[in-house]
Amino acid sequence: MRPFDYLRAASPDDASAAAAQGATIIAGGTNLLDLMKHEVVAPDTLVDITRLDLGGIEQTDQGLRIGALVTNSDLAADRTVRRDYPVLARALLAGASGQLRNKATTGGNLLQRTRCYYFYDTSTPCNKRDPGSGCAAIGGFNRIHAILGASNHCIATHPSDMAVAMLALRALIEITGAGGDTRTLPLDDLYVLPGDRPDRETVLNPGDLITAVILPPPAGATQIYRKVRDRASYAFALVSVACVLDLQDGKIAQASLAFGGLAPRPWSAKALNDMMLGETPSDALFERVADHLLAKAKGQGSNDFKIPLARRTLIAVLHEAVERAQP
Amino acid sequence: MQTKLTINAQAHTLEADTRTTLLDALRFHLGLTGTKKGCDHGQCGACTVLINGRRINSCLTLACMHDGDEITTIEGLGTPEAMSTLQRAFVEQDGFQCGYCTPGQICSATAMLDEIKAGWPSHVSDDLLADPDLSDIEIGERMSGNLCRCSAYPNIVDAIRDAAGTDSA
Ligand SMILES: Cc1cc2nc3c(=O)[nH]c(=O)nc-3n(C[C@H](O)[C@H](O)[C@H](O)COP(=O)(O)OP(=O)(O)OC[C@H]3O[C@@H](n4cnc5c(N)ncnc54)[C@H](O)[C@@H]3O)c2cc1C
Ligand code: SF4
Ligand code: FES
Ligand code: FES
Repeated sequence: MRPFDYLRAASPDDASAAAAQGATIIAGGTNLLDLMKHEVVAPDTLVDITRLDLGGIEQTDQGLRIGALVTNSDLAADRTVRRDYPVLARALLAGASGQLRNKATTGGNLLQRTRCYYFYDTSTPCNKRDPGSGCAAIGGFNRIHAILGASNHCIATHPSDMAVAMLALRALIEITGAGGDTRTLPLDDLYVLPGDRPDRETVLNPGDLITAVILPPPAGATQIYRKVRDRASYAFALVSVACVLDLQDGKIAQASLAFGGLAPRPWSAKALNDMMLGETPSDALFERVADHLLAKAKGQGSNDFKIPLARRTLIAVLHEAVERAQP
Repeated sequence: MQTKLTINAQAHTLEADTRTTLLDALRFHLGLTGTKKGCDHGQCGACTVLINGRRINSCLTLACMHDGDEITTIEGLGTPEAMSTLQRAFVEQDGFQCGYCTPGQICSATAMLDEIKAGWPSHVSDDLLADPDLSDIEIGERMSGNLCRCSAYPNIVDAIRDAAGTDSA
């Protein structure tokens, strides 16, 4: 690890100001320190936000407000989340380990970096780590890489489970900028696709601090998170599906899908949800939804299996959701 | 940089480079070598300690971020003469082979049993709102952050189940 200066932020504005001047925010540290040890990132200054008053889970007019420092374990254990947003509790519990969830924070989880092996290996080319150097994963080992949304410059996936569930729940994020202004943004608008700038992963500006995530009032529907991975626990998703679905008089009255492991960002598509609304659930409908999701899917060699795996996982989740949603 | 830590109920003042992880502070600065370094990247659980009662990976946190915190390591849970329930259960059930992962397993299990008491669900709990049981599948899932290279898993599960039983009796 390279030497760095350590600051403890006294207020959110203080943290934003430091970050705007180039300091790197540290929360749980479970992703950042890992990357610093490999010298994938080498900040000159860390600004520690863990003493800020950014915890707490509370009901507000907008919905359930989750402070950026709420740990993944506290969020998964929260009774309101377990009752009203089970897809989120399930996604959190499917991620990492008990120890890591005790440290991992809501803000840090959203902004964790890819697990692409070459991103971690500083002896190989990687456009995300070292813009312009190339991409060792294209034509290399790419079992965990993207089949949707990738570019000729980067095929990495976003590793978060939590963000996938939050996307299906149509979460908003609250951000304090360097000037002290606060804004909210749909989580869907946070992430950008790699294009020719895979080092740029979100719309955040230097100095932007995530202060909270807001979940709209509960959907009251059947909620499922299914994660497929190489071992039963403590492994990242190869494919994951978050599903919020409701039936009324035998027809789909509400549908929201989001996917992990498939793309450089937590993936969703409004068209997928729209094509199910008002329809009677059927094998044919679910096949059409899968066709639509995967119409532009492209395998890279070792990850070709993700295309049929995503199809089968999605269809299985939709069947389970319909079964559970029957009165 | 100076950091005040309470470790196993004893106050310590650490003077160390900002880069020092809590794990390295314990082992190399304070001579508490019970806590082990396996991977140094959050992937094995050998370095598990309790911070304010919660289990964490000490390799993935900076010592300087824990100014004022209370840390419990394997040395603080019990001694060879006065072992904790879990420590005794690991001995009785032969819950190890080489023993390298054991301090992490025991620290992790100590906090894990508290999480169950607090009603936290796990990935394998059928009902998110029900009180969790202590089935072998639940123990396995909740302990998945602690790898054992010797694969002493069956006996580790036995030890934890035994300790939990003794505890509630
Ligand atoms: C072995 C291992 C297995 C894992 N398995 C999984 C898994 O299965 N599923 C999964 O989803 N995750 C998994 N993770 C990743 C884990 O969830 C993340 O490391 C964690 O959520 C990051 O949160 P943190 O608070 O520790 O972030 P940090 O490491 O502190 O920060 C991460 C990034 O976010 C930035 N940041 C943090 N907070 C804020 C904020 N409030 N505002 C602006 N920027 C901020 C930091 O600058 C940094 O760039 C795993 C990690 C490990 C080590
Ligand atoms: S896939 Fe992206 S992160 Fe991985 S080597 Fe290529 S550019 Fe780097
Ligand atoms: S040494 Fe910390 S998890 Fe392996
Ligand atoms: S007893 Fe050897 S690693 Fe677990």
